Amino acid sequence: MTALDRGVASGSPSSAAPATTVPSRPAAGSEPTPRPLTLIRGPDVLAVAGALAAALATTALLWTQLSPFSGLLGYVVVTWCLFVIYYAVLVSFDENRPTVRDRVSAVVMHSLAALVLVALAFIVIYTFWKAWKALVHVNFYTQDLHTTGPLDPLTKGGVLHAVVGTLIEVGIALAVAVPLGLLAAVYLHEVPGRLARLVRTVVQAMTAMPDILAGLFIFATLILIFGLQLSGLAAGCALAVTILPIVCRAADVVLRLIPGGLIEASYALGAGQWRTVRFVTLPTARSGLATAVILGAARAIGETSPVLLTAGATGYMNVNPVSSPMMSLPLLAYTQVQSPIPNEQARGFGSAAVLLLLVLVLFAVVRVIGGRGPGQLTARQQRRRAARSRRDMVGYARRAAAAAAAPDYPGSGP
Amino acid sequence: MRIDKTSGTQRSAPGRPRKLTARLSGSDRTFRGVAAAGGVFVLILYGLVGTFLAYRAGQALHKAGWSFVTTQTWNPDGGGFGIAAVIIGTLLIAGVAVVVAVPLALGTALYISEYAPRRVQRFLISLIDLMAAVPSVVFGLWGAFLLQWRVVSLSRWISNWFFWIPLFKVDGVAPDDPLATVSAWTSSSFIAGLVVALMITPIASSIMREAFSQAPAGEREGAYALGGTRWGMIRAVVLPFGRGAIVGGTMLGLGRALGETIAVVMIISPIFLIQPHILQNGTSSISALIALRYAEATPFAVSALMAAGLALFALTLLVNFAASVIVSRSRSGAVSEA
Repeated sequence: MTALDRGVASGSPSSAAPATTVPSRPAAGSEPTPRPLTLIRGPDVLAVAGALAAALATTALLWTQLSPFSGLLGYVVVTWCLFVIYYAVLVSFDENRPTVRDRVSAVVMHSLAALVLVALAFIVIYTFWKAWKALVHVNFYTQDLHTTGPLDPLTKGGVLHAVVGTLIEVGIALAVAVPLGLLAAVYLHEVPGRLARLVRTVVQAMTAMPDILAGLFIFATLILIFGLQLSGLAAGCALAVTILPIVCRAADVVLRLIPGGLIEASYALGAGQWRTVRFVTLPTARSGLATAVILGAARAIGETSPVLLTAGATGYMNVNPVSSPMMSLPLLAYTQVQSPIPNEQARGFGSAAVLLLLVLVLFAVVRVIGGRGPGQLTARQQRRRAARSRRDMVGYARRAAAAAAAPDYPGSGP
Repeated sequence: MRIDKTSGTQRSAPGRPRKLTARLSGSDRTFRGVAAAGGVFVLILYGLVGTFLAYRAGQALHKAGWSFVTTQTWNPDGGGFGIAAVIIGTLLIAGVAVVVAVPLALGTALYISEYAPRRVQRFLISLIDLMAAVPSVVFGLWGAFLLQWRVVSLSRWISNWFFWIPLFKVDGVAPDDPLATVSAWTSSSFIAGLVVALMITPIASSIMREAFSQAPAGEREGAYALGGTRWGMIRAVVLPFGRGAIVGGTMLGLGRALGETIAVVMIISPIFLIQPHILQNGTSSISALIALRYAEATPFAVSALMAAGLALFALTLLVNFAASVIVSRSRSGAVSEA
């Protein structure tokens, strides 16, 4: 556009054709401002604001003057319905039917998404709000509950035993499920065949297994048949049965995303299958595999029902996973809030808040390491890799120099 | 001279194709063996779970026979026991959950993939993932302590106006009775279903969003080029493209809703009668039954619980298989992994 303009403008004086009218170039600095591409226009904003004001006013009128309605939830619902109607009417004054439908559906989509996010915010904030009374006491993090009666104040007793129990149980679950899950995922990726397809189908089906059935299975086998006590080990096994398909499935998906060219390059350089898996496949997928493991851990931490059947409830600190019951955070939250006593309930909410905090931390870790695709490196990894290849280059140069000094070195030049 | 169809290379002789055999090295053979052992172990483990469930359930099923499907009470050591009541409760709770969750999930997925500014898209996606990871006991606490008491007025309003629909009837309370006690509407299937709906929304939503975001850009631009509005484009391109994922995500959510335990246990007050009124106090579900009854169970009662668990397992497997078949057969599923 500009080049064409310039060509025409510079060409016009020499040709000097009287019939050609040349548009005068605008003076420098007086170019017209670009057309704004934003989708938000003044009248739209006004329509939204107007509809909202009208809906609020109408509902307020209904609630206070005209009808016996009451309650905040109903107020919000009625306001929203009126808002959509008013907005449709307002837009229809100066737009056609398809545009009205477009605007109304945009409003509906925005409000549905907002509803879900508000619900999430409410769940998180409500838990912390109710837990606040318990969370502010230091003893909540440093004591267990074995000497604490139901009527004791919140300055006595804490959830340390449940935190330790949760960590031990999740540790056992991960120790069982992660090696097995990753191994099975590598198997699905590396040894395709009919058996692998069967394994993949079963793993996919088992991701939907109701978690209580994992607990019931361990309860009926390890505890009722093999005579293991209600213990951390049993709970860890139940959690492992729950999360193994999740870890395996997530790892399988990650492994399938690895660029095939990388693996073929490794084979082309003469590496065997094991060396390719060890030095190409797994390092490339490292961040994705870590994400799979952490997702499994987040699931294991929050699961209540397998633990309910297999771990038993106790107020004592127990670090021995093979004997006597071991408490965990979700189970503590579940048992404490059954009580009608406010302090017990506050402790229950407190342990739920600690649990939620653990999940949030795990999720933050996922965000940090899991945001990258396979093979993408952090700045530090890139620096390290660059340093390594520089060292290699120095090594090659030295070897080439040595080869030049000794001409009978095998494989050197003429 | 012929052209080999599979590789496209020229074959010099009309004889047999060159045989491709690779002799594996020792480490490769070990690796394959270990990997296969891992895969087979996983297979055996879950085969064992299924077989063991079926075997232990067999004892109870053998004794109960067909009455297992038709009996409402649960009294394995004394009299009859059956899943008629609990399975209807399970289905009602899951049904409410799906009816509420599908619009929420669809709206959230469409918002994130079509309406949200590009800068916040990643953030919103991880928020939804976070919601999927919130422990169910936290959902249960929220539902039992906060939502329940806010929703009662809504339940009451529905049952006052729509009592003539059997589903919304509440026994024992006359419509418009101002003196009726609030507890007639608490601990109902409806409230449990609402909480479960919030738990399955992120699962269904992320599957739908994945498919919507893969709708071909050419078709989108075509719709815009023909003068379509954004909603017109969504209806003509995005929704048809993601239809399989919508159905599949819904079914996956349904599978999860059927098996949800703790949040349901914390809200409902269990009864063992077929209770078709979703707004009325008292309902039950299979997983809640297991969670409440495993502790005092005799070996035979455990076997009966196993039978109930087996029914639940079969139900979720069925739903899940249907979901994965629908997702993979759909147009969006053909290119994605889901």
